[in-house]
Amino acid sequence: MHKNFDITLKDLSKIEGRASLDIKVRGGMLLDVKLKISESKRFYTQAVRGKFFSNIPLLVSRICGTCSIAHLTCCTEAVEKAIGIRPSEQTILLRKLAMYGTTLRDHAMHLYFFCLPDIFSKDSVLDFEGREKEFLHEALHVKAAGNALATLVAGRAVHPTHAVVGGFTSFPKRDDVVKVVKQLKEVRPYVFDLIDIFFRNDWEFKRDTDFVALATKDFSFLEGEIRSTEGLHVPEKEYYNHLQRVVIPYSQASAYEFEGKEYMVGALARINLGRQNLHKSVRKEAGRYLLPFPSNNIFHNNLAQAIEMLHCIDHSIELLEATDFKEERPVVAKPKRGIGVGVIEAPRGTLYYMMNLDGVGKIVEGNIVIPTAQNQINMQNDIWDLVEQNLDKTKEEIQQRVERLIRAYDPCMSCATHFLKVNWI
Amino acid sequence: MITFLEILNRKYADWSDKINILHCRMLKKVGKLKNMDVAFVEGAVSSKEEERQLREIRDNAKKLVAIGSCAAEGSPANQRNFFDSKTMDEISFLLKRFRLNEKVYPLKNFVAVDDVVPGCPMAEEKFIQILEEYLR
Repeated sequence: MHKNFDITLKDLSKIEGRASLDIKVRGGMLLDVKLKISESKRFYTQAVRGKFFSNIPLLVSRICGTCSIAHLTCCTEAVEKAIGIRPSEQTILLRKLAMYGTTLRDHAMHLYFFCLPDIFSKDSVLDFEGREKEFLHEALHVKAAGNALATLVAGRAVHPTHAVVGGFTSFPKRDDVVKVVKQLKEVRPYVFDLIDIFFRNDWEFKRDTDFVALATKDFSFLEGEIRSTEGLHVPEKEYYNHLQRVVIPYSQASAYEFEGKEYMVGALARINLGRQNLHKSVRKEAGRYLLPFPSNNIFHNNLAQAIEMLHCIDHSIELLEATDFKEERPVVAKPKRGIGVGVIEAPRGTLYYMMNLDGVGKIVEGNIVIPTAQNQINMQNDIWDLVEQNLDKTKEEIQQRVERLIRAYDPCMSCATHFLKVNWI
Repeated sequence: MITFLEILNRKYADWSDKINILHCRMLKKVGKLKNMDVAFVEGAVSSKEEERQLREIRDNAKKLVAIGSCAAEGSPANQRNFFDSKTMDEISFLLKRFRLNEKVYPLKNFVAVDDVVPGCPMAEEKFIQILEEYLR
């Protein structure tokens, strides 16, 4: 078979932000795959320079609406480490809850709105009919519960208002806590339905790679050490030393290698590396859904996301029911010269912030590494292999399979393009 | 966009029979930008290509609403407009590589804007109010 064809997908749908894809086949041979992240750059790395440290978390929050709490939390951690602030136990707990709210909402949006239409062979969640339509209603309730949790803790689900360097400025009220716990319990059965769908879905694309994630004792996305399936343990502040930035000239996002090789971050990496630390009720009640892990099937990233949603709900319920929230002032410290690193697990994977402060509290330099940028090389190599394996299929089928594969990664192009590190020689 | 999707959590039941979404890349395949009653546009304009798309939207919509702070006032997407010359020199090769304009501007600098939903994220109640006025 000596086929010649090009596939050009402009503005891929049902992903966060804008990306295009060019595929070139000549004489039955795959010649080129270009995944172009085409969201316009916004130069946040330059924009943070010279600004006062207390304003920075709210500025970087604007990098991305959907995971704004992740950017804010990670940047706050970097700033606090730079000036030597140790937040209170309650602050750490509130940050865990805010991240659970954001992850629950974000995974729900991705799985219900972006992935389920592929599984039901529909273009859009808006086209669902019959039982499918119930999933749309369940999606709206689950997303609302995630929002309610983030709002309870941080004041707002997008660009939160109560979180500051050193702590929080407002605290959950008992009555509101009771309401949110009730809401989380109500949507819990829906999440089981979702897990079951992705467990039964038999789509498969396997390719060996290294999975990398921040491993935390309670699977809470905040504090731990970076681990890889190849067995590396790296402290947070050393993470960047293991990364290598790769310029892809046609993509508005940087790419990265870990230890000189492609790798993957995100829910699949977290579940592969840390599923033993999931909440005990998840391990007990969803144990059979954990059997496929560790997995190198990229479509299991979506099963991993669904399982994480259950963990977010169950651990949040436990923390909310066991805690009596007290009013406390944010910890303050005098500005001092220093470098701080924050690493957390954002919904889409490991997020890194470095903030270098001068003696009066202004940012000299910042560095941000985004999950999607880290997955870019792995994603492009996966697309290459997938297309090669399917050269006997029609152009439309190849296109459909590639789109599904990209969605399985849950990329966020908005985040990926808002950062630029220029290395001047 | 995220705020719009979250507004649907509580408004979808009311709106689903009244609104036909023709184009929304986060919800469906790229649709045709034709015969729109209302176009809600987010983000600021940072390239000639974005300007072309905006004009295409304007030409095919009876009403155009700017959504959020970037679309309404340009900020924070326009933060590079205020970079000093040294920082501008640093990023100029990228502006060139990706054909980005030297400055970033809000929608109103290019086309007529009928309504504005300000805020970052956009003010939910204002959006609902504007949309429901159009539905009357």
